[in-house]
Amino acid sequence: MKVGVVTFPGSLDDHDAARAVRAAGAESVALWHADADLHGVDAVILPGGFSYGDYLRCGAISRFAPVMTSIIEEANNGMPVLGICNGFQVLCESHLLPGALTRNQGLHFLCTDQLLRIENTNTAWTSSFSPGAEIVIPLKNGEGSYQCDDATLEMLEKDGRVIARYLGQDPNGSRNRIAGISNARGNVVGLMPHPEHAIDSLTGPSANGLSFFTSVLTQMVGK
Amino acid sequence: MAKIVVDVMLKPEILDPQGQAIGAALPRLGFSFAKSVRQGKRFEIEIEGEPTQAQLDEVARAAETVLANPVIENFSVRVEK
Repeated sequence: MKVGVVTFPGSLDDHDAARAVRAAGAESVALWHADADLHGVDAVILPGGFSYGDYLRCGAISRFAPVMTSIIEEANNGMPVLGICNGFQVLCESHLLPGALTRNQGLHFLCTDQLLRIENTNTAWTSSFSPGAEIVIPLKNGEGSYQCDDATLEMLEKDGRVIARYLGQDPNGSRNRIAGISNARGNVVGLMPHPEHAIDSLTGPSANGLSFFTSVLTQMVGK
Repeated sequence: MAKIVVDVMLKPEILDPQGQAIGAALPRLGFSFAKSVRQGKRFEIEIEGEPTQAQLDEVARAAETVLANPVIENFSVRVEK
């Protein structure tokens, strides 16, 4: 079971994402932004960071990296793809997910342990959670405010595509307190907070994040 | 040589916290004229010779593809004399 983790120039959390993949029991494979070859991976993670320095818009330039051409094609064929933070921004810029992430409402860069509720446990990346599970994982971003038009918001809510929602104080002004969404098929998930930083209680606020990575393994074994 | 200018602005319905922060700072500095401020981006693209309609169309395609994100932003293309 191989899970690829992409490194763009400016990625920061690729090593933690790879560590989380290994902790879940899979093999992590390093993928390079300039290499369109996915090296036979079964799933892909786009990690957090500031790819291409966030120039132009977050994720706007990464979207055109050679590796993204292959990932977009495979994602449309059903391969599980998880975008965390900057990876979520890349997925929106790639139009694999609707909407966009904009500057936090309070303008501050946030770095906090965030309470979330898992709203949909039927996606490739959330199936190991119990329905309605409340979890605490780190949230750290400057542009994490999820925005979309009213029709898209209604569609996401109606189809159960909001996969995680912020609880407690609203951190960044996201519409309907959205922390993560999926595509219609449930194989592509974007999440603003960082599960890869919460896979054991020694280094994170909880071990709640590990379930995102075990979910995709269960999904692949089930095939 | 001609200069093609692409202006990109957040759509009116999208919250602009940066513009709001600037709007809040102006009166603190004694500038009391602004009812509101919104911040955008301006791209200046130089080309050889006078631009043809086909070139302007190509710039518009580039603006829609990469310079702007049509989900949250509007753009305009013009030639600056």
